[in-house]
Amino acid sequence: MLSNVLSNGASLRPFAPELVLGIGVLVVLLVGLVGKGGSRGLLLGLTVAILAGAAVATAVTRDEATRALFGGLLARDGFGDYFKFLFVAAAALVALASVSTDEIGAGPSDDRAVAEYAALLLAAALGAALMASATDLLTAYLSLEFISILSYVLAAFSPQRPRSAEAGLKYAIYGGVATGAMLYGFSLLYGLAASTELNAVRVALTAAPPLVAGTALALCLAGFGFKLAIVPFHMWCPDVYQGAPTPVAAFFSVVPKAAGFALAYRFLLGGAAPLVPALGPATGWAAVLAALAAATMTLGNLAALGQRNLKRLLAYSSIAHAGTMTMALALGTESGARALMLYAGIYLFMNLAAFLAVVAFIHRGVGETVDDLAGLGRRAPLPALCLTLALFSLAGLPPFGGFVAKFAIISATIERGATGGGLYFGLAALAVLNTVVALYYYARVAKVMYFDLPREGAGPVRLAPIHVGLLGATTLAVIALGIYVPPLSSLVAASAGGWAGR
Amino acid sequence: MHRLRSISHHSLTRPSGIFLIALAVLVAPRVYAVDPVPPEAPPSLELQPRSLVFGAPGSAFVTVYNRGAAPVTLNDARVVSLGQADFTAEPVRHRQLAPGASSTVKLTYQPGSRVRRQSFAAVELEYEGNSTAAAAPGKHIQTVALRGGEDLSLLTWLIFAPLLGIPMLFLWPRGRERQLRVVALLVSAVPVTLAARMVAMFDPLFKRADGNFGYQFVQHVAWIRAFNVEYHVGVDGLSVGLVALTALIGFIAVLASWSIPVERNLRGYFSLLLVLETGLLGVFVALDLFLFYVFWELVLVPMFFLIGLWGGPRKEYAAIKFFIYTLLGSVLILLAIIALYYASSPTILVDGTAAAHTLDIPKLVHLNDFSGHPALLGFRFVNLLWVLLFIGFAIKVPVVPLHTWLPDAHVEAPTAVSVILASVMLKMGTYGMLRIGWSILPEATRWAAPAVSALGAICIVYGAFCALAQTDLKRLVAYSSISHLGFCLLGMAALTPLGVNGAIFQMLSHGVVSGLLFLLVGVLYDRAKTRGLDEFGGVATVMPRYATVFALAFLASLGLPGLSGFIGELMALVGSFGRYRTAAAVSAFGLIIGAAYNLWAIRRIHLGPLPDRWKTVLTGRDLDGREWASLLPLVALTIGLGLYPAPIIDAASTSVAELLAMMGLPSLGLGGEL
Repeated sequence: MLSNVLSNGASLRPFAPELVLGIGVLVVLLVGLVGKGGSRGLLLGLTVAILAGAAVATAVTRDEATRALFGGLLARDGFGDYFKFLFVAAAALVALASVSTDEIGAGPSDDRAVAEYAALLLAAALGAALMASATDLLTAYLSLEFISILSYVLAAFSPQRPRSAEAGLKYAIYGGVATGAMLYGFSLLYGLAASTELNAVRVALTAAPPLVAGTALALCLAGFGFKLAIVPFHMWCPDVYQGAPTPVAAFFSVVPKAAGFALAYRFLLGGAAPLVPALGPATGWAAVLAALAAATMTLGNLAALGQRNLKRLLAYSSIAHAGTMTMALALGTESGARALMLYAGIYLFMNLAAFLAVVAFIHRGVGETVDDLAGLGRRAPLPALCLTLALFSLAGLPPFGGFVAKFAIISATIERGATGGGLYFGLAALAVLNTVVALYYYARVAKVMYFDLPREGAGPVRLAPIHVGLLGATTLAVIALGIYVPPLSSLVAASAGGWAGR
Repeated sequence: MHRLRSISHHSLTRPSGIFLIALAVLVAPRVYAVDPVPPEAPPSLELQPRSLVFGAPGSAFVTVYNRGAAPVTLNDARVVSLGQADFTAEPVRHRQLAPGASSTVKLTYQPGSRVRRQSFAAVELEYEGNSTAAAAPGKHIQTVALRGGEDLSLLTWLIFAPLLGIPMLFLWPRGRERQLRVVALLVSAVPVTLAARMVAMFDPLFKRADGNFGYQFVQHVAWIRAFNVEYHVGVDGLSVGLVALTALIGFIAVLASWSIPVERNLRGYFSLLLVLETGLLGVFVALDLFLFYVFWELVLVPMFFLIGLWGGPRKEYAAIKFFIYTLLGSVLILLAIIALYYASSPTILVDGTAAAHTLDIPKLVHLNDFSGHPALLGFRFVNLLWVLLFIGFAIKVPVVPLHTWLPDAHVEAPTAVSVILASVMLKMGTYGMLRIGWSILPEATRWAAPAVSALGAICIVYGAFCALAQTDLKRLVAYSSISHLGFCLLGMAALTPLGVNGAIFQMLSHGVVSGLLFLLVGVLYDRAKTRGLDEFGGVATVMPRYATVFALAFLASLGLPGLSGFIGELMALVGSFGRYRTAAAVSAFGLIIGAAYNLWAIRRIHLGPLPDRWKTVLTGRDLDGREWASLLPLVALTIGLGLYPAPIIDAASTSVAELLAMMGLPSLGLGGEL
């Protein structure tokens, strides 16, 4: 059923972005080993250059037609390309932010660790790119494990902070169980289909006994849910985000999540399509996904209300956003896919803007609790403004990008409700009510920054120039995306049509 | 305060300014070519140009090039437009085009009548014989957008002029903060002049049949094609008065902000005030639901910071309560907007591209009938949407029992912000009801009208009783706002010409009067630092001019004939008496309570003995020049509108008549107006 299947040799050219990333990992490691190890700026600049190279490779090898690579293991299509651009952008922003941070490695002067960090970052981007292109159970599992193991190490990359090691361990244990369950689910699917290709799985599921199919899908959802940090597989998320170095937490909040959504979409619409009907009343698994989305949005927002630590607050906020994106997953329609892609793109910028502000503030010793931000509106006017705008965009207020993203997903949900019935209208209503709840904790951060007086002896805060530049750039992107949507929406429209394995 | 002052002079002001210029450049509307039409892929036929603008009646040519390798047949050139037949295309009957050849199609713009307006249309060129391999054979269509008439970007400049002034505030050199007030005043004077021009050029007799669905000063371009969103602005009788009021009140609010000390970050204050003004102006002129919603929400963030940073003792509580409560209403409106979008029928965008659904308010009103839509969640579709919209707008008005955010927000806000809040922001709610709820869902409005009139009566009476019970002067005025807007609801629910015209007049009159009231409260508070009604007495003996204006304002609030409040309330009452006798009778009773609290307030503040503590504070501190400048326009308007309301009523009556014609209600047989 796959069209345009390429052999191993012919697959190398469409595989160029991943090759660039893979070779880049080795290059960065080598540069780190040679001589004195290279300075932090050099290594991270090299990382950004490699990521830019991967983006160029993606653009150059783009093609209208979708191609199946390596005999059907991976796909090269518009959908995957879009996500690759997102991963590259996110990794580049995180790498640039890591230039001025004390949280990576054993201390500010530990430049040797930066080479490993940069290599891990590149490898994680590679893993995410593979996840977004996987059309086979094997590659799906491999790429998910790949990025997961890298994430465990990245989370523990601040050895002098015990929280970091705890985060890495917690992540590893939780992830091990979750991916183990997913592997068992995959093995059941393999048993039904006698092949690991997602298309074969789809064919087999149409005739499978419901108990087996249901168990398999539930186990697979455990793995996906873990990566996406949706309820009830989200327990690791706040602790890991709080413990990991902040640039790494920023990376986690965007790249593995978006990769997880890409993979889940391929899996659910490609492999598991018979169980997630695109049209007609919502039955079975569409309802399960809808319930998971509803639970995730609600729990993420309600739990965030009580958080005092900024990183935990952003962790719960990203759980809530993952819930909204899962809502798009539950729709099973083309417009849902486009809305998801648009949301992922805008979410990248606004979430990274918020996290980058936290990176910058922690670097200058401001602290990581909400109360530590008191009076920042006067102490650091421009960064505080950027953080405020990013938070209001996360809340979904116009005229920022976050509103356009929310509008897209809620529109797709209501559109689906016309054919799917009351469940989707209820979801949409729940989503908008969650917006109101979420506003409280976002506005509370803004309130603390502007309304509260600074503590005794707290003077002006001058951020590192690179942090100011990054903050300004991401905030401008957030505002621009709210007003000038066409660049992103036309990219989405151009990419959403391509679906390998249809 | 000293500690704050020392760290407020931080050297990031200049980068902030540059950042804000970048922001301003992005925020300034890119009205043209924001989202170009995606070309048919791959076209072998190229049209030059893709859009034509006619300044004056005349002709122009569109050249059609055949870029393909096979001959192409031009079947037809059709003009598609919604509203007017100002454009004609030369007939094209199966014209053959060889490869590489070109041909021209003549387009003529001839406005049919003398009526000044902007015309929008598109030419559809249908052709076949596209020989490129990837394209499917058969008939294809490409469009050329047409625009004729005067290009008055008046409304766009009006809306965004305040925003464009913000970079000036941030680039102003440090140490000259006192001049920031003047800068802000000059910036806020620009919308006033533009609004005056708009009012002068407004044609009260412009009807739907005259084109553009009855809207004037229209600007219409495609904005976000992915959601069929357009930048569509225009005014009609419902909104022209509100736009003018907003511009004036924005100017007066800047005047009223003079008393805010220089140390309290005037740059931020005036920037937020200007963003607020942009949002308010945008709401009243937006004719696309997405655009309307963006402007609607745009006012929330500035209000949050204005109340929370420059407000009174409980400012943070009031600010967050306001923010969350009104956001709750807004998201309900968003749900209804999206539901309307997906229920709408296919149409065209302004440049001719097909759209499966539309968010355009005129199209939703006139070209869509939702009454036959299948039931949603067990409720009638139009009724459910109407209720969602009504709850959302009712929180803004506010309607009892959704009003609890208002007293706190009003009391804690600084004077200028209270003025804007009461005069303009509350009208967003009633305007939204008329523009969206009433116009798009007339059947549901008829179904709900009895309930709305009951709510109006409750607002009037409950608000009046609450005002009677207050001991804080500002809180009293806040509750009186709730009471006055009940008359708007009553008039709107009556669905008679007198009632709805009365509601619109009451909106404008209340805007003027409540602006006056809050300014006067601010004058007293600036001097006395307290607002307790029981703490004063005999202020008239030391501040006679202030007492005069105070008495005038509170008598206008009471509804004294000769002042504007009387006209609006009378029209609303008489207009609703025909249909809702009980509600009208109860509301008339509310007038008595209104008289009670207003007169009692005048007495408690101005009459009787003057307490000793005020003798030194208030003596010799009557109204100064700046305060007169802010009060006089409103005083003049109150008296002028009270004695000569005809211009305002005439401006609105055409639009109201067309609105009510859609309601399909039988005439009451009580005479032409009722």
